[in-house]
Amino acid sequence: MKAALLALVALGVFGLAACGESEQVVVYKQGKYQGKPDGRPWENDPLAAGPKWTKGDQASWETQIKTRNLAQHEHRRIYQ
Amino acid sequence: MARMKFLCDAERCIECNGCVTACKSEHEVPWGVNRRRVVTINDGVAGAEKSISVACMHCSDAPCMAVCPVDCFYKTADGVVLHDKDLCIGCGYCFYACPFGAPQFPQAGAFGLRGKMDKCTFCAGGPEADRSEAEFRKYGRNRLAEGKLPACAEMCSTKALLGGDGDVIADIYRERVLRRGKGSEVWGWGTAYGPGKPGAQPPAGAKS
Repeated sequence: MKAALLALVALGVFGLAACGESEQVVVYKQGKYQGKPDGRPWENDPLAAGPKWTKGDQASWETQIKTRNLAQHEHRRIYQ
Repeated sequence: MARMKFLCDAERCIECNGCVTACKSEHEVPWGVNRRRVVTINDGVAGAEKSISVACMHCSDAPCMAVCPVDCFYKTADGVVLHDKDLCIGCGYCFYACPFGAPQFPQAGAFGLRGKMDKCTFCAGGPEADRSEAEFRKYGRNRLAEGKLPACAEMCSTKALLGGDGDVIADIYRERVLRRGKGSEVWGWGTAYGPGKPGAQPPAGAKS
């Protein structure tokens, strides 16, 4: 009797083992860049003839880029 | 600074392919590789034809970066998606993942041997010394390191293609849309034909 009960419990546990909620989809793990490091644009000297910024100063480079960006705004560029 | 982005105004693009030519010329892109192209829908249908210039959109969550088996992609501080050609194995996964068809593969030989991936760099070069010969040969010119913006956007004749700081170009576009209105009021009609509505007659005594 006891053995039959144990067998029944074991069977139940075994049967419920399939009811787990394991992940069904592949979880993407962000890869790490494996290549060479790249320089930053503001770390270069400005060209002799061309836009000017202070070497190494990100803010001055961004200001220069923004000024140049606004040249694409013809309403301000032409009608100002 | 926000992220570097492109924005193409379909109301302005006239399918001149000037951006494509500028890109080809600026970077000396090889035959068969188009980092930028102009897509036209409803070609030839009056009033419904629209064109848009497409290249790498430098996605915030780039699918090419996600699928690359050798992790050769990286993102710069300005949000430009670039890759290392020394690491690329030319498998083409990024081409399948990209919704814009941006990754290009140079082909050669009778059996179409596929080379390493090439794509728009937002004129930011790649992982070589900035403005060096090696960088130019592999990735093209690094205009950002010259304090300039992408050649395609800067030379666009109708300024349909805007490129640069996402916040700035969004403001430009927003102001433009507010000014031009809609329908026949869109930018271009008034400039070409005056402020009248299409089909309106010129005032009496007006010189042509």
